[in-house]
Amino acid sequence: MTLSLTYHLQVVNFLAAMLLLIAFAMLSQRRIVGLVTLFAWQGAALSLSTAIVAWSTDQHHLYYSAALTLILKVIAMPWYFYRLVKKLDVDRDVEPMINIPTTMLIGIALVIFAFNLALPISEMSGTVTRSTLGIAMASVLLAFLMMITRSKAIPQVIGFLAMENGLFFAATSATYGMPLVVELGVALDVLVGVFVLGIFFFQIRETFDSLDLKHMEKLKEK
Amino acid sequence: MEIYWVLGIPFTGGVFLALWGNRRNAPEINALFSFLTLLAAGLLTARIVEHGPLMVGGEGWFFIDPFNVFLVALTAFVAFTTALFSRPYMRIEKEHGRLTDKRLRLYHASYQIFIGAMLLALTTNNMGILWVSMEAATLATVLLVSLYRTPASLEAAWKYFILCGVGIALALFGTILLYFAAEKILGSGGTALLWTHLNGVKSQLEPTVLQLAFVFLLVGYGTKVGLAPLHNWLPDAHAEGPTPISAVLSGLLLNVALYAVMRSKVLVDGALGAEDGQGMAGNLMMGFGLLSVVLAAFLIKRQTDVKRMFAYSSIEHMGLVTFAFGMGGAVASFAGLLHMTMHSLTKSAIFFAVGHATQSAGTQVMDGIRGLIKTHPTIGWGLMLGTVAILGVPPFGVFASEFLIITTAMHEHPWATPFLLLALGVAFASIFGKVQPMVFGETELPRLPHQPALTPVFMHLGLVLMLGLFIPPYLATWYRQAAALLGG
Repeated sequence: MTLSLTYHLQVVNFLAAMLLLIAFAMLSQRRIVGLVTLFAWQGAALSLSTAIVAWSTDQHHLYYSAALTLILKVIAMPWYFYRLVKKLDVDRDVEPMINIPTTMLIGIALVIFAFNLALPISEMSGTVTRSTLGIAMASVLLAFLMMITRSKAIPQVIGFLAMENGLFFAATSATYGMPLVVELGVALDVLVGVFVLGIFFFQIRETFDSLDLKHMEKLKEK
Repeated sequence: MEIYWVLGIPFTGGVFLALWGNRRNAPEINALFSFLTLLAAGLLTARIVEHGPLMVGGEGWFFIDPFNVFLVALTAFVAFTTALFSRPYMRIEKEHGRLTDKRLRLYHASYQIFIGAMLLALTTNNMGILWVSMEAATLATVLLVSLYRTPASLEAAWKYFILCGVGIALALFGTILLYFAAEKILGSGGTALLWTHLNGVKSQLEPTVLQLAFVFLLVGYGTKVGLAPLHNWLPDAHAEGPTPISAVLSGLLLNVALYAVMRSKVLVDGALGAEDGQGMAGNLMMGFGLLSVVLAAFLIKRQTDVKRMFAYSSIEHMGLVTFAFGMGGAVASFAGLLHMTMHSLTKSAIFFAVGHATQSAGTQVMDGIRGLIKTHPTIGWGLMLGTVAILGVPPFGVFASEFLIITTAMHEHPWATPFLLLALGVAFASIFGKVQPMVFGETELPRLPHQPALTPVFMHLGLVLMLGLFIPPYLATWYRQAAALLGG
């Protein structure tokens, strides 16, 4: 291993750590605007680390992936969410989460679980970035936890997108990314999905006068 | 070449209807596009029957074999009949003031895109694109489930999006793992996720990784199949969306999701060197399938909403098909494929009849629907015959496939038979007991303003009846070939 490669790897590892840190920060963030900002930062960390992996391993298709992440998840989506939050007038919404410490503890347990789960796979992997696979899995699980613990619509969707971030990071660290067509397809789906949800938020808002999903607990088995 | 028509027509239709969908004759245009898709699918099927499996485009972007061409034909057929049914149905809904022109435009455009996405999922050779098109099919229907904008429909659509979204995210991770295993042997790049390439080297794929990948793929796509305990979105989405959408969700989308699971199962069985029904993939599918059958049967008993009840019945039947595919072997796979066909045809026919019945009663609550046979004899008979067919009464085709599944289960896995029989019995008693007064009870219901579209109902039921009495030899060969591809 050349000196520059180890150097790059350290940067990637640092960014991976940032990714995990942001995932935890998202878990404890009560305000929606703050959550959107954190999501943008997570996208930036993902995009930068993908670009560095692309550069240091000469995987050119990863540049496209990095650019896609940058455009979609750092610029377009956060911008759209900021606008949405403003238009829907929910920027003062604060989530009444009382059990942040408990959530954090569960989060730590999830991280340990994720590292154990990732261990056999990363041992088989031939990529230089394999050690970050555990972090990728952990951020997927943390995003999942966030989706479960939130009761408002926008945080749930951001949790979903953060999960997608984690999955992309997993793909980069285990296999240097998916084939380009697939990555483009996934990006298209995510983009369409966010727009569909934008329309959907307005419908929910119109009908329930709020984006709090607690109003939506009618459909249950009696 | 036909494959490009099969995919091109619905997507063009979607764009066309999105742009010009507020014309008065949009329902007819929708039916026309669906008819053209059906024609193209027919040509494609004829070609496969004649020349055998086919790879088209570039490095083989599309792959058609007897297994998926049969689903392509079924999808195009049910999509066409549903478009015929939705023409008068949606007109009546509009007159009842539940829909506006703008929403109908959204409905027609999304309908075509949804059909296109499913056909893409069926025909693509790339496991990644399969994922992309499954997700696209979900996205196309989210706004359709909430088309009426009632609180309940919005909640159903939200649940549908979030649960299927999480499920499909797990499937994405499964796909990443699959690529991870494939890349070692096939090299990185676009071809490593092509199913035909993977199938060629499946015995060399790393077994542990493939096992893990399959678990994620099964849970992910299984959410879409509606397998218990991941089925929560399904009854809500079916009950709250417009009826034509319930028909295509139940009759088609669930099949396509199961198709995705089966494609993955073939790979993991190959990697593990599993014999029929011995592998871990088969066992998992049997477990999920059996749980769905039993759970759904007991939940059917508690339903009061007619569309919800039939949605649970879909879970039950998809569970049965999953169980059959899990058993593996020539007979069980054959029975599973047959049951898939029968369920699609029968269940969509039932939803058509139920749609008109709820329109005339003005409610989906079963207590409010009474005596259909007096006010609308054709709807009443359609619903009754459909119910009898789905419950597996001979001579309808569902009987044949259920019989095959249960006899195979008795042979191979005797422990499962009591559960299956119990569940089928409970489902029979509860559905029949609830539908009977709806059809034959006393009533004072008003008549519908438009002639209901019941040709599709009787067309489907006629087919199911025919297949129950006699399966044409070429069709049987076709099913057998498809079953062989599944490792039968």
